[in-house]
Amino acid sequence: MSQPSISKSMTIGESGLAVVFAATAFLCVIAAAKALDAPFAFHAALSAAASLAAVFCIVNRYFERPAALPPAEINGRPNYNMGPIKFSSFMAMFWGIAGFLVGLIIASQLAWPALNFDLPWIQFGRLRPLHTSAVIFAFGGNVLIATSFYVVQKSCRVRLAGDLAPWFVVLGYNFFILVAGTGYLLGVTQSKEYAEPEWYADLWLTIVWVVYLLVFLVTVIKRKEPHIFVANWFYLAFIVTIAVLHLGNNPALPVSVFGSKSYVAWGGIQDAMFQWWYGHNAVGFFLTAGFLAIMYYFIPKRADRPIYSYRLSIIHFWALIFLYIWAGPHHLHYTALPDWTQTLGMTFSIMLWMPSWGGMINGLMTLSGAWDKLRTDPVLRMLVVSVAFYGMSTFEGPMMSIKVVNSLSHYTDWTIGHVHSGALGWVGFVSFGALYCLVPWAWNRKGLYSLKLVNWHFWVATLGIVLYISAMWVSGILQGLMWRAYTSLGFLEYSFIETVEAMHPFYIIRAAGGGLFLIGSLIMAYNLWMTVRVGEAEVQMPVALQPAE
Amino acid sequence: MKAILTAHNLASELVTTIWTPVFVAIFLAIIAYAFWPRNKAAFDEAAHLPLREE
Repeated sequence: MSQPSISKSMTIGESGLAVVFAATAFLCVIAAAKALDAPFAFHAALSAAASLAAVFCIVNRYFERPAALPPAEINGRPNYNMGPIKFSSFMAMFWGIAGFLVGLIIASQLAWPALNFDLPWIQFGRLRPLHTSAVIFAFGGNVLIATSFYVVQKSCRVRLAGDLAPWFVVLGYNFFILVAGTGYLLGVTQSKEYAEPEWYADLWLTIVWVVYLLVFLVTVIKRKEPHIFVANWFYLAFIVTIAVLHLGNNPALPVSVFGSKSYVAWGGIQDAMFQWWYGHNAVGFFLTAGFLAIMYYFIPKRADRPIYSYRLSIIHFWALIFLYIWAGPHHLHYTALPDWTQTLGMTFSIMLWMPSWGGMINGLMTLSGAWDKLRTDPVLRMLVVSVAFYGMSTFEGPMMSIKVVNSLSHYTDWTIGHVHSGALGWVGFVSFGALYCLVPWAWNRKGLYSLKLVNWHFWVATLGIVLYISAMWVSGILQGLMWRAYTSLGFLEYSFIETVEAMHPFYIIRAAGGGLFLIGSLIMAYNLWMTVRVGEAEVQMPVALQPAE
Repeated sequence: MKAILTAHNLASELVTTIWTPVFVAIFLAIIAYAFWPRNKAAFDEAAHLPLREE
């Protein structure tokens, strides 16, 4: 069958990883047996099962594959690795729907509190981190991993580095999501916003993330294209900074190595400062830098126009890098944080206006000479509207970081409205646009199953966003004004419950908006599914010659 | 001992102050690099990079 010159043997990666996972499975079984609390026992058992599955997959894959690993090039053209990209795209869609659904549930719980049915697992306090993590880290994270693996290969003209490593990244990352998400439902949390997963999940994510960084970096180093395209700079900043933030914010001492509870290494205002240094840079480098990479690759590609100003993209990149890292303290205005630190955070947040709008202009102006395509291509329209939302929310954010504005907006629904104009409008739409491009490319299809359905998705989701953010603006400002209203005698004019009552209609409108956004994502999932199932294959692509993985 | 502490304070003050001009200088150098006339052709080509595939 195979030539006698190539004798088939396991690579060091295959045999090494199989042994490591076998040992991990063994240790996890011990941990499950000695666990101090039920959620830890569950997670240890889950990890043991996943480790055994990993061993099986590695060995099975070895027996199934030909003696030689997939070549880096076929007929002089790069043999791109699409398997992990397909997996991550699929998971992005799955987690997206799950995350939007949980968001709709908690929005409905706020309007009708009886919907928590007095069950501990679906209390608002447990479902809220499930929603935020599912949409940011599960949906957004999978979109970023899928697109970064695609863009780095294409723009460097080289096959993705590593054989098992890319699979380790996508599977390991989604296993982290599973552990984090089930943990929230079972009450496991370290109570840090956007960094809720406990110590063992944090350790696992660290390993996965370092491998992600290595896969990305080695691919860039092996590149055939002399220039490192700007999107790769943004992806690299995202990967490196998230590693730094994750390590910086999560040092904690577990009560026991067999229990889920841990205590943070430092307390009080230091912890608060670290937490929001982390929290805001998760916005800056996860939800901004990573998705700007998508903007700089997918918009030129879809519009078939070069980047408006490559110079501006360089300045955009470095200005973001230099400024964003200082903006965190604006989350702690009027707290025990020293006043000068608050002012510093506010100042840097306002300075962020410039790179944000520079980037927005660069993205929008890339369409110059191709504006007519907005009428005919709903995918491009989605991408462009996302950039407009980026401009809008990065205008609003610095404004809200000004201390006097913040004294009205902080702790109100205005913040929620602001976050969602960025999350639904910018991150959501740019991700949808990217997936609509990526799925036909990765599965080697001529185009999408239906552009008409994309159009429906666009309008249903846009209407949802408008309902959501306008309801939260009105609600938030109303709330802030009611909290600070005094009677002529100097008493507070409204009791807290009166302000809650005033929110009720807006909470219903918000839930309706979220519902529309969810419906849009279901339309999208159907469209992508049909694209893969019945879409017409693109003719004569090198990918078709790729040996089965 | 006191002299060592003073030297340490001086050093730490210098380190915590000096990054501002250093970062500003790096940033200005980046802007100069972006606008350097001789780099224009290479950047214009890079702007087309996503369109040049396959």
